[in-house]
Amino acid sequence: MSKQPNSKKKKGFSRKQKSRLEVALIYLVIAVMFVIIAYPLLWALSMSMNSTTNLFSASLSPENWSLVNYEWLFNNPRSDYLLWYRNTLFVSTIVTILTTLLVLFTAYAFSRYRFKGRTYGLYAFLLLQMFPVLMAMVALFILLNTIGLLDNLWGLIIIYVGGNIPMNAFLVKGYLDTLPRSLDESAKMDGAGHFRIFFQILLPLAKPIISVVALFNFMAPFMDFILPRIVLRSPENFTLALGLYNFVNAQFSNNFSRFAAGAVLVAIPIATVYLFLQKYLISGLASGATKG
Amino acid sequence: MPKEKQKRKPVPVNADLNHSPKKAMLLSIIPGLGQLYNKRKLKGIILFILFAAFGIMMFDFIFSGFQGLITLGTIEREHDSRVFIIEGILALIFAVFYGVFYYLNIQDAKTEARKIRDGWQPGSVRENFRNAWDTSFPYVLIGPGFFLLIFVVILPLLFMGFLAFTNYNLYNSPPRNLLQWVGFQNFIQLVTLSEWRTTFVSVLSWTLTWTFVATTLSIGLAMFLAILTNDRRIKGKRIIRTFLILPWAVPGFVTIIIFRALFNDNFGAINSDILQPLFGITIPWLTNVMWTRIAIIAIQLWLGFPYVYALFSGVLQGISSDWYEAADMDGATRWQKFRNITFPHLMFATGPLLLTQYTFNFNNFNIIYLFNEGGPALRGQNAGGTDILISWVYNLTFTNSQYGMAAAISLILGIVVATFAFFQFRRSRSFKGDGEF
Repeated sequence: MSKQPNSKKKKGFSRKQKSRLEVALIYLVIAVMFVIIAYPLLWALSMSMNSTTNLFSASLSPENWSLVNYEWLFNNPRSDYLLWYRNTLFVSTIVTILTTLLVLFTAYAFSRYRFKGRTYGLYAFLLLQMFPVLMAMVALFILLNTIGLLDNLWGLIIIYVGGNIPMNAFLVKGYLDTLPRSLDESAKMDGAGHFRIFFQILLPLAKPIISVVALFNFMAPFMDFILPRIVLRSPENFTLALGLYNFVNAQFSNNFSRFAAGAVLVAIPIATVYLFLQKYLISGLASGATKG
Repeated sequence: MPKEKQKRKPVPVNADLNHSPKKAMLLSIIPGLGQLYNKRKLKGIILFILFAAFGIMMFDFIFSGFQGLITLGTIEREHDSRVFIIEGILALIFAVFYGVFYYLNIQDAKTEARKIRDGWQPGSVRENFRNAWDTSFPYVLIGPGFFLLIFVVILPLLFMGFLAFTNYNLYNSPPRNLLQWVGFQNFIQLVTLSEWRTTFVSVLSWTLTWTFVATTLSIGLAMFLAILTNDRRIKGKRIIRTFLILPWAVPGFVTIIIFRALFNDNFGAINSDILQPLFGITIPWLTNVMWTRIAIIAIQLWLGFPYVYALFSGVLQGISSDWYEAADMDGATRWQKFRNITFPHLMFATGPLLLTQYTFNFNNFNIIYLFNEGGPALRGQNAGGTDILISWVYNLTFTNSQYGMAAAISLILGIVVATFAFFQFRRSRSFKGDGEF
């Protein structure tokens, strides 16, 4: 809905009024959207400051605000919050390192080498990317149970890394494809080996996509709920999402304020990162998928 | 392949017309012999040793694996049918790999013999070694990732596929009992036993409705907002855009749980702070099927539109204003401009991504489970009113221990996803275009 050209000014006045009305309407729609978006978030924030443990009786007025819920999370001996935070950080770090490395190698091979079975490999990756790991949950549960990795953070890590490879490999491959091949070909002429071309020439150029992949993989365990739910059993092994869910899932769900406090501490850093890097993240996601 | 043609053109000097590729292939039935015939002694010996060693080592494993896969164990309480299936699948994977390598070995002998016939001579050992490293390098790179993929993705998917044809359920579960192959019984029960059938039909139809309505609405809302906020007269676009993307930035599980509290029938703010004081009504959001469905779709709208909105905004900013100026010249109405310029641009740039949104919602377990755990319960069926296929599978697995049936439904789910994937293949530009990707 682009602006009408200003050149025709015959009926300038009424046109101007009409235009003003339109702009006002657009702002109204945006304002309504703002309220709809902000309301649940602000409500949760105020719940997290709610001093009574009473369910859902938050006061939106800042007079009764307190930080008791946050204190409880950190200081109460019955709180596992810090432990969950540590578990999640542990899983995130290892998943990020392993996935980034494996994905880089795979994408480099697919992007720069023409070898037998390459096309089949790409088709296989594309197909596997469509199937969420979740779909095999029956099998994963039984498999992990049989090999004794149920209720173990390493079981979770393996599933994350393996499941992340196809999609991320495509993302990185798409990016590497855009880097001119003449770069590595001239290096090859100069006698550089495979690894040297990879580490000294392509890797520095691929930094943006590497950071996107690393970031995605680092944040995923903070937000994923279902896989931890399937794999982890005992509270001391929980990741944040699972632990927080258990606050509200208890039979008498009067811990919503604690959930809110814990969730705020997870959501604020993640949302900040997402908003700051939205351009990278969205274009990264988009290019990975359209490049196919 | 123009290089090969060029090589063959000049009259070969060293051509050995008696060297037969067919002979090399036949000899390769025993791996390595064909390479020996090609005068690649070291290569031939290494290949022979590798194939023989792996063949001997794995024969037992593959044989007993297949045997276990067929019988699923014979001694109750001692044999664990699940382990038998897993070992059987591993044996299957190994056998496939062995076969592929065997085939490659024959092919290698053939191409090399052909090259020798046309006058090519193998170089020094060092040169050969270097060539071997060059050709195998990409496989070395892919190796580790592929290995993990086999164990984490392919093995479980196959395992699930096999389970769908067993009678693994609460009353017949290893290690206490042995499993039996039951053929298509699970699938047949799903469509013939009335209890299963009604559930399956209602869950499937809700899954499809949910996927279509929730995704289409969020795409529509995203398009509407993207066009509005792209208007030139609007100021503060960056702040507006950032704010509209906010729901995407907040972790989904947090928002869904917040909404669950907001929609609570008795104490939720939507009933007690908005509907009750303003309109004097309360709506049973979590106990009435229709209202739960409406609530879930509304929440998904809130969660799902920002990402699409961000995509659309990016595309809109890139459309040249020439298009619209030309349209203005011709006196086009707004609707015409939207239909003929904006909409095609958006769809062309984001088509495959939008399709991904549909597949995502089709398997959107999080919102269904976190909002109301698939509830409210429905009479006469064993799934909740808002259960989609994947959350139903979850319940069958973890609450009802109906593993066989859960696997069968997962398999159906997989077929649906594969169909979607097929269309995505055909639609995505890279496959239509130059083919090289």
